Amino acid sequence: MLRRSSPDGRSLPAGAGGDRPSPGDAPARVVARGFGVRHASRRAWAIRDVDLVVEPGERVLLTGASGAGKSTLLAALAGILDREATEFAGELTVDGVAPAAARARLGMLAQDPDSQLVMTLAGDDVAFGLENAGLPRADIWPRVDEVLAAVGFPYGRDRPTQALSGGEKQRLVLAGALARRPALLLLDEPTAQLDPAGAALVRAAVGRATADRRVTVVAVDHDAAPWLPLVDRVLELRPGGLVEQPPGWRPPRRSEGLVLPPGGGGPLLLSAAAAGFTYPGAAAPALAPTDVDLLAGRALAVTGPNGRGKSTLALLLAGLRAPTTGRVEATDELAAGVRRGDRGPVRWRAGELVTRIGTVFQHPEQQFLTGQVRDELALGPLRSGSGAAAARATAEQLLDRLGLADLADANPYTLSGGQQRRLSVATVLATSPRVLVLDEPTFGQDAATWREVVTLLAEQRARGCAVVTVTHDADLVAVLADAELAL
Amino acid sequence: MTATLGPIPGVRLSRVNPVAQLTAMGVVTLVLLTSLDVVTPAVVVAAELCLFPAAGLTDPRDLWRRTWPLLLGAGSVGVVNVLLSDDAGALTGLGLALRVVGLALPGILLVASTDPVRLADALTIHWRVSTRFAYGALAALRLAPLLVTEFETVRLARRTRGVEAGRNPVARVRLLAGVAFTLLVGAVRRGSRLATAMDARGFDSGIPRSNARGSTLHRRDTAFVAGTVVVCAVAVTLSVLTGSWSPVFVG
Repeated sequence: MLRRSSPDGRSLPAGAGGDRPSPGDAPARVVARGFGVRHASRRAWAIRDVDLVVEPGERVLLTGASGAGKSTLLAALAGILDREATEFAGELTVDGVAPAAARARLGMLAQDPDSQLVMTLAGDDVAFGLENAGLPRADIWPRVDEVLAAVGFPYGRDRPTQALSGGEKQRLVLAGALARRPALLLLDEPTAQLDPAGAALVRAAVGRATADRRVTVVAVDHDAAPWLPLVDRVLELRPGGLVEQPPGWRPPRRSEGLVLPPGGGGPLLLSAAAAGFTYPGAAAPALAPTDVDLLAGRALAVTGPNGRGKSTLALLLAGLRAPTTGRVEATDELAAGVRRGDRGPVRWRAGELVTRIGTVFQHPEQQFLTGQVRDELALGPLRSGSGAAAARATAEQLLDRLGLADLADANPYTLSGGQQRRLSVATVLATSPRVLVLDEPTFGQDAATWREVVTLLAEQRARGCAVVTVTHDADLVAVLADAELAL
Repeated sequence: MTATLGPIPGVRLSRVNPVAQLTAMGVVTLVLLTSLDVVTPAVVVAAELCLFPAAGLTDPRDLWRRTWPLLLGAGSVGVVNVLLSDDAGALTGLGLALRVVGLALPGILLVASTDPVRLADALTIHWRVSTRFAYGALAALRLAPLLVTEFETVRLARRTRGVEAGRNPVARVRLLAGVAFTLLVGAVRRGSRLATAMDARGFDSGIPRSNARGSTLHRRDTAFVAGTVVVCAVAVTLSVLTGSWSPVFVG
């Protein structure tokens, strides 16, 4: 085929190797036979014995626990696995050729909204992929407008990409991918970093923009439920291979059968009185004046839409920022032993802080400071004045309790998302703080990790901790929270 | 939140094509690098200051945020030369400081008036700069503001682990180095994700790239460069006439 025609009747010259994205392209057929991937640095196969056929125009969800190899399979489909550092078994083809040879007919939407946009204006960003394909200028802009409308992008072409929310950015990236009229669209947990409202809008955009079945869609997500109305089939990746779920299948609720130790009542540990925060030079406060009481043995969930200051409140309670209005004060119960009896956590020394208030950020990597899981766990105790032997003992004990013993010598950065999350909670527990502040502790976690984290927090509550979680996760609020503060 | 130091939208100077601005910058650089007197840089700096309103640089606070490192640098160049050199008088020091200012202001004008995308368009279209380089750099530039917010988060994250410097200056430097390393690791990971995303949209795939916006050179661009040449010529002439002209080569 040398020339292909576009819907408006004009013909486009075929690009080098016939790989210019063109409207005449049919959706792709994906076939895997006994396919396996092993990373050169690992002994075990990341995935193996995968048999799969995705028919042209189908929409398929690939699910499975974290670490099951979903992302590896998707990377293989995208043809971006490093051939030097990877061993393959069996075969994987897109329309009969190796995925790497079909890359020009591929569209991709990945997880992180901030590392997929190139241009400063929304319209320019969608045009980027068309410029790369060498499309003439006159054909570019109508197509940009068409896909922006298809994904329900709420602004014009001139919208600066910097001013977009995470969900809007993801819809823009989707538009950029669809503008090239790909034969195969790969979605790699595209909503894992979004709040529920943003995530729903992105999934709706995928549904609407691919409703004409002119593109084959393979989505990867450990959270299958929200995709069910959208996809034709659900495939679950397990250690033995790929299992197809029957029609009408629903994933088990992650909180099903979960029995948590109850909380108790205890003394007041920390309170915020009309505490608010405004960034220097900002017109509006990031957090309006808020009252909070944290009681020992109770779990509080802070909820509400993005932009109300949930995370800012967490920083104030954690003693990381000083409120610009009102006060955050520890009671004598919590502040006992602090130098000069100071009751403002933000003025405590770091060593004093970590034995009283433990904080877990949304992104675990930001809190890792050492090159080994074992050292990571010993760091807090060492810094708060425990001796080396005591710190080491605490670390070993936590390794066992959290099932991280096999990874004791691993670099924290190389752990899977679920393992990193468990480690980041464990590092905080190492100094036995009475108050735990966690920002979205269950974000992007699979069912197994979810249950582990929730159980861990309930255990701390039973031990007499005050637990504060900032969260969008309704299941977490339902099973753990003794009180909810909706901002 | 801190305001960015990027382009100010809709300013008059943005109507001058970025490559014309770069050419003018080249002319100014050549003249200033070869002259060591006070008069030449004084005239050039005066002319550059006249362009500030056209680049939207009128708010004193914004102006200060954009120029303080430059002013500090220029000031120290002047003072150090006066203090360390046997024969350099205050006038020579002033001349050297003005020279640094004159060399740097065109850059500040360019940043204030030019959207980076337009710069990349102009460079690839008129000067045949490789699209791989120009748009690659553009994408990297987008990640820079993220580093600023992440810096603050990583600093707070250290405190949650019991790590802080207190008043010890050595510990402060070590802590800062640690934060910088964490940021670097994050930047490399984000950079490689961005590269994958650009790849998936066919960037640098061997097909000749088209351009959705284009970049046109007008008569005003020629006029801008010509104007710059005239200003520089006036500066040198005045310098020669006042007897202060001392080109670098003659020593």
